[in-house]
Amino acid sequence: MSGMVIIGAGECGVRAAFALRMQGYAGEITLIGAEAALPYERPPLSKFGETKPICAVEAYQDKAITLRLGEPVRGIDRATRSVSLAGGETLDYDCLLLATGARARLFPGMDGCLTLRTDKDAQSILSQLHRDARIGIVGGGFIGLELAALARSAGAEVTVFEAAPRLLGRAVPPQIAQVLQDRHLAEGVSMMLGTGVSSANATRIVLADGKVLDFDAVIAGVGALPNTDLAETAGLDVQNGIVVDGDFRTSDPHVFAAGDCCNFDWRGQRVRLESWKAAKDQGEHAASAMLGQSDAYSKGPWFWSDQYDLGLQVTGIFDLAAPIRHRNTGGGTTVVFQIDSVGTLRAAAGIGPMNTTSKDIRIFEKLIERGTAVDADALADPEQNLKRLLKAA
Amino acid sequence: MAEWVDACATGDVDAEDVIRFDHGARTFVIIRDHEDNYYCTDGLCTHEDVHLEDGLVVEATIECPKHSSIFDCTSGEVETPPACENLCTYPVKVDGGRVFVEI
Repeated sequence: MSGMVIIGAGECGVRAAFALRMQGYAGEITLIGAEAALPYERPPLSKFGETKPICAVEAYQDKAITLRLGEPVRGIDRATRSVSLAGGETLDYDCLLLATGARARLFPGMDGCLTLRTDKDAQSILSQLHRDARIGIVGGGFIGLELAALARSAGAEVTVFEAAPRLLGRAVPPQIAQVLQDRHLAEGVSMMLGTGVSSANATRIVLADGKVLDFDAVIAGVGALPNTDLAETAGLDVQNGIVVDGDFRTSDPHVFAAGDCCNFDWRGQRVRLESWKAAKDQGEHAASAMLGQSDAYSKGPWFWSDQYDLGLQVTGIFDLAAPIRHRNTGGGTTVVFQIDSVGTLRAAAGIGPMNTTSKDIRIFEKLIERGTAVDADALADPEQNLKRLLKAA
Repeated sequence: MAEWVDACATGDVDAEDVIRFDHGARTFVIIRDHEDNYYCTDGLCTHEDVHLEDGLVVEATIECPKHSSIFDCTSGEVETPPACENLCTYPVKVDGGRVFVEI
């Protein structure tokens, strides 16, 4: 019997499964996950080291979603529209969604470092984070910094090594990265910026200048690679992720891809996002497209990070080479935004204690999604009520 | 036993906005929608216990400031995940420029 088959039981696959049902699909929905655990939220792993299920097992039963957990997929046969499981079983599909996510990257010479992707990874890392443990972290990105905060909170001695001259150089404006850097320094983290690592293992980091440093544990947070093996083997178009169109459809009309594993068009730019929100939004959008509904995808990219009591939110995609405006919100908060060449809002970011900037960022996100021209001076003026500006837009 | 409690003045909450209201050991939010209706719900999002006082109110919905779960203020129902559980709502009456909640 055919139906909808989803490979990958992370945020994207789970949301897609529920969205199919919510939109009235009455056929079989099968959600296949390589991990044995009930699908869980990944963001808390690097923040609290805890595993929280996306929803209870009864929720899947209520919606007649068949879970096949702990079952890696061996291959996809597009000619017969079927998926073969490692155990030998074959599942036919009408439409297939690849929500295979990404995996932690390690550079050559970095064997044996701890990495974070799964609940098991988090448990391995957490078991190392105790008082006075010497923890070396390679990479000053989100995973590295969230784990640095977690390790410091546990009383560990933490050193972060970042090859670039500043933290979070890929996605976050320098004004925001500086706030985080200052906070980590104030908390007692050693920040080694502009410091290349030539090799590392479970307990040792060798710097580019030859210096050898020993630790109780070494964690690498140096990026992720999309899980595209199944797609490539099946002959689908893959270029830094599984290439999809505006409906998250691959080069095969019966096969869709969404979440961290896909490469899609965001306002004329090919991007691959590694974010919880994009996984959820794209999974839901792909589900609609699998049912033949086709609205343009308009959700703004958005992600957050929690470090100590600081909450960071970023929406849109910054061009870090272009000018960035500041909205002087005060109160220990920093809010910045960027206007593109046609006068529409391109991106915004805010950081402050807990959720103090989230309302602003949510309004900026809505302005981005709306895509209409904005008054940059008004957005920069903290006296101007952002919600009123949103209503006027 | 539930009792009617004077929570705030009507003007303490801006239109389409929210404030926090603590009573005893419990925490709530008082929400005013775009048509000046008032609502009271539990203060913490059902997803990760994040306080909704920093949430964005749009018409009669409130969005959690952390992970964007959206709840219908009139019923407490989840409109958008990740929250799975509805918010508890409490009766509200407005009298003499004050907002009373039955909690």
